[in-house]
Amino acid sequence: METSQEARDVVGDYKSGWHDTENSTIRFDSGLSEKVVRDISKIKDEPEWMTEIRVKAYQHFIEREMPTWGNMSMLEQIDFEEVCYYLRSSSATENDWDEVPDEIRNTFERLGIPEAEQKWLSGVTAQYESEAVYHSIREDLVAQGVIFLDMDSGLREYPEIVKKWFCSVVPYSDNKFSALNTAVWSGGSFIYVPKGVHVEMPVQAYFRINAKNMGQFERTLIVADEGSSIHYVEGCTAPTYSTDSLHSAVVELVALPGSHIRYSTVQNWSANVYNLVTKRGIAHKNAKIEWVDGNIGSKLTMKYPSVILKGEGSHAEVISVAYSGNGQHQDAGAKIHHIASNTTSKILSKSISKDGGRGSYRGMVTVSPKAENCKLNIVCDALILDDESRSDTYPTMEVANPTARCEHEASVSKVSDEQLFYLMSRGHSEEEALALIVNGFFEPFTRELPMEYAVELNKLMALEMEGSIG
Amino acid sequence: MFKSDDICTQVMQSKEPLLEIKNLHAGIDGNVILNGIDIEIGPGEIHAIMGRNGSGKTTTANIVMGHPDFDVEDGEIKLMGNDLLDLEPWERAKEGVFLSFQYPQAVPGLQVGNFLKKSVASIKGDEAAKGKNFRELLKKSMKELNMPSSFLSRYVNDGFSGGEKKRFEILQMMLLQPKLAILDETDSGLDIDGIRTVATGINSSIRGTGSGALIITHYSRILDYVKPDKIHVLIDGKIVATGDSTLATDLEENGYDWLEEKIKGGDE
Repeated sequence: METSQEARDVVGDYKSGWHDTENSTIRFDSGLSEKVVRDISKIKDEPEWMTEIRVKAYQHFIEREMPTWGNMSMLEQIDFEEVCYYLRSSSATENDWDEVPDEIRNTFERLGIPEAEQKWLSGVTAQYESEAVYHSIREDLVAQGVIFLDMDSGLREYPEIVKKWFCSVVPYSDNKFSALNTAVWSGGSFIYVPKGVHVEMPVQAYFRINAKNMGQFERTLIVADEGSSIHYVEGCTAPTYSTDSLHSAVVELVALPGSHIRYSTVQNWSANVYNLVTKRGIAHKNAKIEWVDGNIGSKLTMKYPSVILKGEGSHAEVISVAYSGNGQHQDAGAKIHHIASNTTSKILSKSISKDGGRGSYRGMVTVSPKAENCKLNIVCDALILDDESRSDTYPTMEVANPTARCEHEASVSKVSDEQLFYLMSRGHSEEEALALIVNGFFEPFTRELPMEYAVELNKLMALEMEGSIG
Repeated sequence: MFKSDDICTQVMQSKEPLLEIKNLHAGIDGNVILNGIDIEIGPGEIHAIMGRNGSGKTTTANIVMGHPDFDVEDGEIKLMGNDLLDLEPWERAKEGVFLSFQYPQAVPGLQVGNFLKKSVASIKGDEAAKGKNFRELLKKSMKELNMPSSFLSRYVNDGFSGGEKKRFEILQMMLLQPKLAILDETDSGLDIDGIRTVATGINSSIRGTGSGALIITHYSRILDYVKPDKIHVLIDGKIVATGDSTLATDLEENGYDWLEEKIKGGDE
């Protein structure tokens, strides 16, 4: 396994765990107050209405209780006063890699981002701490009217589109962390795809937390106009520190009639990052929204990509995998609401837990009384690699219309000695055999990813399986 | 000098047995299963082990491959003079041991084509798994076993019929080209055409190659097509009789009881 050796040379076990010298131009003191919220808005020179939403959201955050479900003991360990809410390392968003400050460019070069951009992407945005530091999009897409900007530039250049949709899918009052994000958001992507335009190659956003005790609160809004399509891919990494960082994003998708949005994530935060994210999309008539969601890293992830099937004939898919190792809890799942008739949805959730890690599937699917002839398909599979690890399933289904067709399957399995022996007899060491089983288990997910990501994910899992055999 | 050395080595090799099992005692969780087994297979030879259920046939196969659940209490297993007992299963595979499983395991999500390539690379080296030679051997072997190319994109043993599983085991054997192939009840669950196909596969990869095979079976039918050089009969963890192919016919006609009676009679 050459890759693992390379990775090990760089950082020990967590492949993206190195950090560059922090060279921040502006770093806020730790802690949150209304002043911090207003200061963020001021630095960004935002319109009044945005400042007001931020302040309202902040008030709601203060009043709102912590969730009373999920891993409460881990959530209680978050000290909101220790978090740095805004950190800017570069004064501008560049569209030429050469203009990006050296240390930051090095980071993204080590992650292979500029190379990927040249080979297989329609556009790239790279966010370092609170702000996007690099941004580019192919000329032909610009000519077709596609907008792909970091969220701050989006708000400056297209305030009317942002105002129309911002908080329309995820209101700040949705939950404590959506309130926090709305109060202090910075960075993220803003995408608008005009009617009938198909963006063939994916656009990618890359999120990197580099500083200690950092809070990253990106905000993403994607609007696909009638009959258009886009595939958005995001990746996330951070260095390994002994203190925790907080990543709390909000993503809103608007799929107008007949459009198609696919949103793929490979989250590989280091094991000191809290990843508390709200992702939701609204699908209008005959539109299709797909979440392809991979959670490999982080300390605690709580994330349930959701789709509101508002228009007749719309379709939702959530395909997710979660890997929980030592000290990790992946509490992930999906939510789908069938509001309109003839809507269909599919959830495929796969989780692996190992070395005392904990994986939870938490899902909710509802069918409204007026929604006729809906079809739902839910499959949850868990693979537990040792006796210390744990897997739980919390499925909820509320079906208020008798014409709905629901299918639900769940399985929990362990790797058997006979399976390992079979693979070992074909020349594979015990660790390699385990990696073959694990990658096979994730295959229904990896085959949905762009090839480059799938290869990367397989390598990552092989790395996770190393040293796992006692 | 060089020449005589080469000749000398060749002579040595041809005299040395391919597989040597000596006085093998083994068990699982404190229960004794094998009570001193001796088998010697020379290069190019095919042997068969016959016996009832529970007589220790599968245990013998698993122990030669290195199954971690079994404890070897005494004895030796050598492949071309090299001791196998201290090696891990994957190291034995690299030495040239292959086991066709009685119950091949499913690995959902792992594609057959990908798995074959990885296994060949692991056992025979990266070069052997690349390019035209690999593709041609694969194509030829699949044709011989009547397997459609769509088979390659299925998942390893996942939803395979009994016959497909057995053919897939033989396909792996043909690609991995082992020095010693152990076939554990590869004929069970196969119809007569399946047995004939599998036997063709065994013959083409063992006969005339200097490799050897150990066939474990209940029935003599597959032996009609493979024609073993020797047949060993295993009862209660001991080899009670060794003979040529007529032994299989006798067993088929008279059953194991006949043999037991005969042995008891001989002892008295």
